[in-house]
Amino acid sequence: MKFLHLIWGNLVRKKIRTSLTLLSILVAFLLFGLLCAIKQALVGGVELAGVDRLVVRHKVSIIQLLPESYKARMEKIPGVDLAVHQTWFGGVYQDPKNFFMQTPVVPDEFMAMHPELLLPSAQAEAWKKTRTGAIVGRNTANRFNFKIGDKLPIQSPIWGQKTWEFDLVGIYDGREKGTDTTPLFFRYDYFDESRQEGRGQGLVGWYTVRVKNPADAAAVARLIDEEFANSPAETKAEPEGAFIQGWAGQIGNIALIVASILSAVFFTILLVTGSTMAQAVRERIGELGVLKALGFTNGQVLGLVLAESCLLSGLGGALGLGLAWLFTSRGDPTGGLLPLFYLPKTDLLLGVGLCLALGFLTGIFPALQATRLRVADALRRM
Amino acid sequence: MSPPASPATPLVQIASVEKIFHRGSEDVLVLADLNLTVPTGEFLALMGPSGSGKSTLLNLIGGLDRPTKGTVSIAGERVDRLSDRQLAGWRARHIGFVFQLYNLMPVLTAERNVELPLLLTSLTRAERKKHVATALAMVGLSHRAHHFPRTLSGGEQQRVGLARGIVTDPTLLLCDEPTGDLDRKSGDEILDLLQALNREHGKTIVMVTHDPHAAARATRTVHLDKGRLSTAAAP
Ligand SMILES: Nc1ncnc2c1ncn2[C@@H]1O[C@H](COP(=O)(O)OP(=O)(O)OP(=O)(O)O)[C@@H](O)[C@H]1O
Ligand SMILES: [Mg+2]
Repeated sequence: MKFLHLIWGNLVRKKIRTSLTLLSILVAFLLFGLLCAIKQALVGGVELAGVDRLVVRHKVSIIQLLPESYKARMEKIPGVDLAVHQTWFGGVYQDPKNFFMQTPVVPDEFMAMHPELLLPSAQAEAWKKTRTGAIVGRNTANRFNFKIGDKLPIQSPIWGQKTWEFDLVGIYDGREKGTDTTPLFFRYDYFDESRQEGRGQGLVGWYTVRVKNPADAAAVARLIDEEFANSPAETKAEPEGAFIQGWAGQIGNIALIVASILSAVFFTILLVTGSTMAQAVRERIGELGVLKALGFTNGQVLGLVLAESCLLSGLGGALGLGLAWLFTSRGDPTGGLLPLFYLPKTDLLLGVGLCLALGFLTGIFPALQATRLRVADALRRM
Repeated sequence: MSPPASPATPLVQIASVEKIFHRGSEDVLVLADLNLTVPTGEFLALMGPSGSGKSTLLNLIGGLDRPTKGTVSIAGERVDRLSDRQLAGWRARHIGFVFQLYNLMPVLTAERNVELPLLLTSLTRAERKKHVATALAMVGLSHRAHHFPRTLSGGEQQRVGLARGIVTDPTLLLCDEPTGDLDRKSGDEILDLLQALNREHGKTIVMVTHDPHAAARATRTVHLDKGRLSTAAAP
């Protein structure tokens, strides 16, 4: 600590160079934080997917509908515990920008399927009593300041141009930080009766199936697909994780893209910071020689240089990660497209690790160079 | 400051020292079979033409370099046998350096520059402050304590350099052309200070100089030429 004056003084002696380097490190770590949040938003659902859940959709595509009667047939298949359906509603609340998902579900069985959605039991009761009742996640409720008892008018171009009006009876929370609490769920019975004639009465979007034993998931998925083979609506059953990954996969291999961008950024920042440090030490050979003449050991000189590089990376990294944290903690910046947008703690820790590694790597080579210096030679270069 | 020791005790004993530098494939013999004894309390001036090896010899005495052959003993310690690490600690305890170009840290104030050698000791912050204040007072620069080197004149910078050299109360003060870059007046101030340190505090000093006027302040002058020492009169 008593060397802090010296370390700090050396760090700020070239103000412009230090500021620019600091700024590049800051930007790199800000980018790191934001990209991690985007990656989390796009693929984070995979980690939270239930290992015991399958998603069953139409073999041709997710937008083709399946008969509601499949539920009973699926539940007869050995290994299947429960099958519940959802249907893409595609409604618009006031303005298309205000995107959040809505699907009609059967309340009891849906809540049984999704223990990660926490709904107070009184509200669950109210939902069962209210045909037009809907529940919405905390995220969306906060976003639009919805309160229980509100009437929510939602337009749905898919199911008839009319405005649907829902009574908000409950607001659910997520059990995990990553649980998506943006969707609105409403009652399937109300939906089926109210959708326009000829718009798929008795048909639903997709099923979520819970298997009794996660180890049997693949086998059960095969049995389900076999059950409906050669029917007008053939199915494709896959683990929920794979299903979510499939969604994200449509945008590309997100994790790989993010990793490549970040590698490039960190390689650049390593060179920038490394050259700053190398230059800083090169300019200071004589001074380091003086310190050694005064009795500073090689270890102490090494420590001084490393402390300086770590301070530089640490400051830049802390500012960058701090800004990223601030920005992402305000939630989804796109207004609904990235409901899971947040900076996971593990990524934040990874960022801190990278920051330390950057400080060490950029300091260690100039520092070693400084220790190899012979005092007599260094003094001649003053 | 340490009490004046008996002037008879040899503080520096250099025996049969040879120093060869390797420059590419060429070997440069700088010091050959050199012997030198400096008793405690002496103020020795080391003169000689440029390139004669004065700085090299001073570096050997100060433990900044090792001889190719021969022995260097300071206060009974075989300095030529110490490891780099041991040498660093030994220098911190026993040697004060004053350089021709002052060699202050530009990012530190005068006070912090003087404090540097004390950072290597176990002194508390308050003790360090006291020592620094004493050293700055001795060189007459208390009023410049918070100035950065670039705002000081050459003479003032060298006085800060001298304060840094004596702040740990070293066994031996080594000065390499301390007045080489100063005008006569500032140079004289430094020489006055060195002389006072030697006379009043019994500090043993070895000073390299080109200037006979500076050498005249010393208690003894030796000449280095072609790798050998002589006490003969200056050319
Ligand atoms: N590290 C080194 N490598 C090679 N040669 C060196 C080295 N250090 C000193 N020399 C050579 O040794 C000789 C003596 O150098 P030194 O610096 O001791 O001379 P000096 O008497 O102090 O000269 P000056 O009065 O110019 O300071 C010179 O020829 C110098 O070039
Ligand atoms: Mg010299």
